[in-house]
Amino acid sequence: MLSCADDNCKRLRRRGVRELSCRAQLRRACKAAAMKPPPFAYDAPETIDEALGLLDEHGDEAKVLAGGQSLIPLLSMRLARPARLVDIARIAELGQIFLNGSTRIGATVRQCAVERSAELRTANPLLGKAIPFIGHGPIRNRGTIGGSVAHADPAAELPAVMLLLEAEMVLRSASGGERTVPAAEFFEGFLTTAAQPQELLVELRLPAWLPGTGAGFQEIARRHGDFAIVGAGAVVQLDPGTGLVTDSRLAFTGVAGTPVRATEAERMLVGHEPTIAAIAEMAAVARAGLEPSGDVHASAAYRRHIAGVLTERVVKEAVDAAR
Amino acid sequence: MPPAELQTPHTPHTPPDESPDLTVTVNATVNGTRRSTTVEPRRTLADWLRDDLGLTATHLGCEQGVCGACTVLVDGDPVRSCLMLAVQAREMAVTTVEGLGSVADMHPVQQGCLDAMSFQCGFCTPGFLMAITAYLARRGQTAEVPDGRAPSDDEIREALSGNLCRCTGYQSIVDGVRRAWEITSESAGA
Repeated sequence: MLSCADDNCKRLRRRGVRELSCRAQLRRACKAAAMKPPPFAYDAPETIDEALGLLDEHGDEAKVLAGGQSLIPLLSMRLARPARLVDIARIAELGQIFLNGSTRIGATVRQCAVERSAELRTANPLLGKAIPFIGHGPIRNRGTIGGSVAHADPAAELPAVMLLLEAEMVLRSASGGERTVPAAEFFEGFLTTAAQPQELLVELRLPAWLPGTGAGFQEIARRHGDFAIVGAGAVVQLDPGTGLVTDSRLAFTGVAGTPVRATEAERMLVGHEPTIAAIAEMAAVARAGLEPSGDVHASAAYRRHIAGVLTERVVKEAVDAAR
Repeated sequence: MPPAELQTPHTPHTPPDESPDLTVTVNATVNGTRRSTTVEPRRTLADWLRDDLGLTATHLGCEQGVCGACTVLVDGDPVRSCLMLAVQAREMAVTTVEGLGSVADMHPVQQGCLDAMSFQCGFCTPGFLMAITAYLARRGQTAEVPDGRAPSDDEIREALSGNLCRCTGYQSIVDGVRRAWEITSESAGA
């Protein structure tokens, strides 16, 4: 084998490349081995229509690239091998936020936008509480809110947030026009959503945050910034006069193939005073309603246990915020 | 065409490497200088900086976004250069540790970390220096931080939580950040 000063030679040897006939070939091989993602064609459309045209033409051969914080590791590990990437980051229209009672977030708004905007955190306190749990600062500087929702990792924060907010996902395609899918129908399974290959998630619509409503979000992770073993979020609305609960919502990450709402448990609080005893009862019902699977990091029983503990924490947090 | 050995058997349909329709031109401002090269779109920003531009101070550790060694600034924000394609940085300003300062004229963050000996093997240092630079710059601009208060340990650790160091135990790095903050505020006050 020819020797090469480049340490890529080590990578080549690991890939079983033993004999190369000429130096030019060696240089090319070194260069190829240095890039981990498989080859793909790349488009960076500047309008939504252009992007929809590309998705219509290439269908499931193409993959949409927003911030890339989930997709690029998948490409690098070659778990995803799309023939084409459609980079939507340069479509100005998708980067907009509208605050007018309800909140409309364009698909390419970065997660750090929430951390940097007190206005946005006030408009939607749950978003403000959940976003700091996503990875670390440098991840949130590139990662988008829409990208995380479209990726639909059941351990991720934003899909659960959308479920809790009863948000609507706006999907657009070249042939089918625009349709709106409620969060409850959007997340269909592990990394699977209601969006068709030709469709682009263009906007997230979050309903107006009602007065007297508080939010809570907590996670248990092995290390700060890791994907959580279990995460929980709650939204509680209190009647300002009586202090009784008028609306209560609870959702979990990391306990199933999709984020899940604990509908039975959340109903228990409505019409009652949110006492510590009532919240503990609610947590017991929520815990019993889950069927998580175990893995090397946490057994099913441990996941169920921490789901109960987190329920008490997030509901208390939401009640305190609502008062 | 690459040698046959490189064409992995389970993907017979992947396009050949470096075919002409699979290249893009990347123009970006790197450490204040306009750079332009033609690369495949799959080139990561980290590999572009290191292999195409020869800026090897940016280190690659895990190459999957966990360790933070490859942190660079893109339009002033710290990002993982292994989780960004070079083509995504088109028309953006990239700063690597080469752009911070030189041995003769060190950046306050470099001087602070040197004063506190914030390294042992040094592999993670470039990523830390970029993360610290961005953190102190952003903190200086934030109205929420009362003027003149040194960053607390908790603040520093939260800001640097995305960077791993396997040698120091982090205490000397936290000290280095505080020293860098002192140098910055001294020069701002002078």
